[in-house]
Amino acid sequence: MEKPYEPSLTIQETPVGKAWLHKRTGTTEKTIAFKKFQIRRLNEILIEKFFFINGLLAILILLGIFCLLFIKGFPAFREIGWKSFFTSSVWNPNSYSIPQYGILSLITSTLMVTLGALVIAVPLGVACAAFISQVASRRVREILKPAVEILAGIPSVVVGFLGIILVNPLIAKVFGISNGLNALNGSILLAIMSLPTIISLSEDALRAVPKTYKEASLALGGNDWQTLIRVLVPSALSGIIASIMLGMGRAIGETMTVLMATGNAPALTFNFLDAIQTMTSTIAIELGEVPYNTTHYYALFVIGLVLFIMTFVVNLVSDIILQKYQQVER
Amino acid sequence: MKKRWSERIGFLMLYLAGILVLFFLGVILFDIFIKGVGVLSWNFLTQPPRMGMTEGGIFPAIMGTFMVSIITVIFAVPLGMFAAIYLNEYAIPGKITRLIRLAIRNLSGVPSIVYGLFGVVLFVQMFRFGTSVLSAGLTLGLLTLPWTITACEEALKTVPKSYREGALALGATKWHAIRTNVLPYAIPGMMTGVILGLSRAAGETAPILFTGAAFFLPHLPKSLFDQFMALPYHLYILATQHHAIEKVRPIAYGTALVLLGLILLLNLSAIWVRYRYRQKMRG
Repeated sequence: MEKPYEPSLTIQETPVGKAWLHKRTGTTEKTIAFKKFQIRRLNEILIEKFFFINGLLAILILLGIFCLLFIKGFPAFREIGWKSFFTSSVWNPNSYSIPQYGILSLITSTLMVTLGALVIAVPLGVACAAFISQVASRRVREILKPAVEILAGIPSVVVGFLGIILVNPLIAKVFGISNGLNALNGSILLAIMSLPTIISLSEDALRAVPKTYKEASLALGGNDWQTLIRVLVPSALSGIIASIMLGMGRAIGETMTVLMATGNAPALTFNFLDAIQTMTSTIAIELGEVPYNTTHYYALFVIGLVLFIMTFVVNLVSDIILQKYQQVER
Repeated sequence: MKKRWSERIGFLMLYLAGILVLFFLGVILFDIFIKGVGVLSWNFLTQPPRMGMTEGGIFPAIMGTFMVSIITVIFAVPLGMFAAIYLNEYAIPGKITRLIRLAIRNLSGVPSIVYGLFGVVLFVQMFRFGTSVLSAGLTLGLLTLPWTITACEEALKTVPKSYREGALALGATKWHAIRTNVLPYAIPGMMTGVILGLSRAAGETAPILFTGAAFFLPHLPKSLFDQFMALPYHLYILATQHHAIEKVRPIAYGTALVLLGLILLLNLSAIWVRYRYRQKMRG
């Protein structure tokens, strides 16, 4: 049987056909391929632009938060005045005669619980990080590290709940007072909340110290403790400080635990056994009750703005420290 | 060489620090479990609260948290994934990229209550979604976005460079290479991050205080624009706002246990996914 005749080229593919096609439409094989290539390239560019816009989202949200807080908070300044806002310590927006909006006591309260939390969490956290990275055996490490992760995942409202139920009676008993819902309670809870941040980041910093440092110290006759305190910790100091700053940022912005455990009485006090009211809990308590777009409502947004700026600065500083430290490591 | 006293005491302190951290975690888990487990029953999980929340279960709160979390995921995961793809695959090191990374790190440090304020203005007032499941879900989505981005980027980073280069050398375009040779290998890692973000969102209270959580609602939300009950908010109310706090304490413990259990479950499943994924990559 003979094979039926099959042309190996279509008409357009013969040299004559190509010339004819070129004359009719002005396209050549090359230009067709080029057009296809162009379309694909356009697609690629569009796809890249699409991802780029998504990448910009983080900046947009950050700016958006700042702008909205500022816009919503601005009328409060007009109605209350900058000066009395930041220098008056009386926060009494529900007063029938003259409502007073002074956020000084709220700021000091926030700083007070944060400081208290750091006093507890920093030594404990750094010691625990040193323990995990330098001392603990593999098995102990494999228990401790997930434990820290789980601790980080515990919702703040559960920690606050335990503050009411466990820490509250404990403080009342130890100090002989009737009510244990105060700044000390808040500090203890915030310490627990910021511990995971401090531990895991400090541990990373300690682990990043080159092994040669440790070996050199041991070779010079230093014992393990001296090596840890005089070589490893100083080398990792910037990372440790950055971790502390991040933990501090968390403590400043933490809402539910302080809302539940600090007693919520706005007062300018520096006694850890007094009930206080932080910025976060003020917003949490009062925003649900005020009508939209009143002076009180605007004032709460100013508190939010101050809070935002405070955490922003703290995070930025920790970021700068971390960047510098990474550069040195390289 | 004999160990010196200072060294011994120092190391003892480190041990104590480790033990103390374990102790904190142990107390939290143990206390909630012991006092909460007695309340748990099928009825507790499937009944709405009754008699002014002094009896009955927490079913609407469980479902509310579930629904809000789904909206959070639907909103945050694609956005986070796209942003991560940009950062890891397309971005050229430079000013804008540095700025984006800075913004992401700072976003993850913004207090949750500030997200709540933002959600009130943007979703409740400007977009007119009202206090609703939708508003709360979107607010939580914004909150988890930085974590989602970071997690997705970490996952993309684990895919070897040669996978991309192989596809590119065969003439694939960049997007084609990413789609066929990078994403399939990064998806399990991304899942881990998504689940962890979800567990964060499920436990957050402050952002939903004003964007949609309801004090008490015996039925489930009928649409996206209804208010809802949520586990963490329910616990907050039972612990501080209820008129008979001592009477509802067992229910509060039960709620805390369910919330904690849910979050631990999510964390464990994230660890499991990561473990499976690592084995697969090895094999």
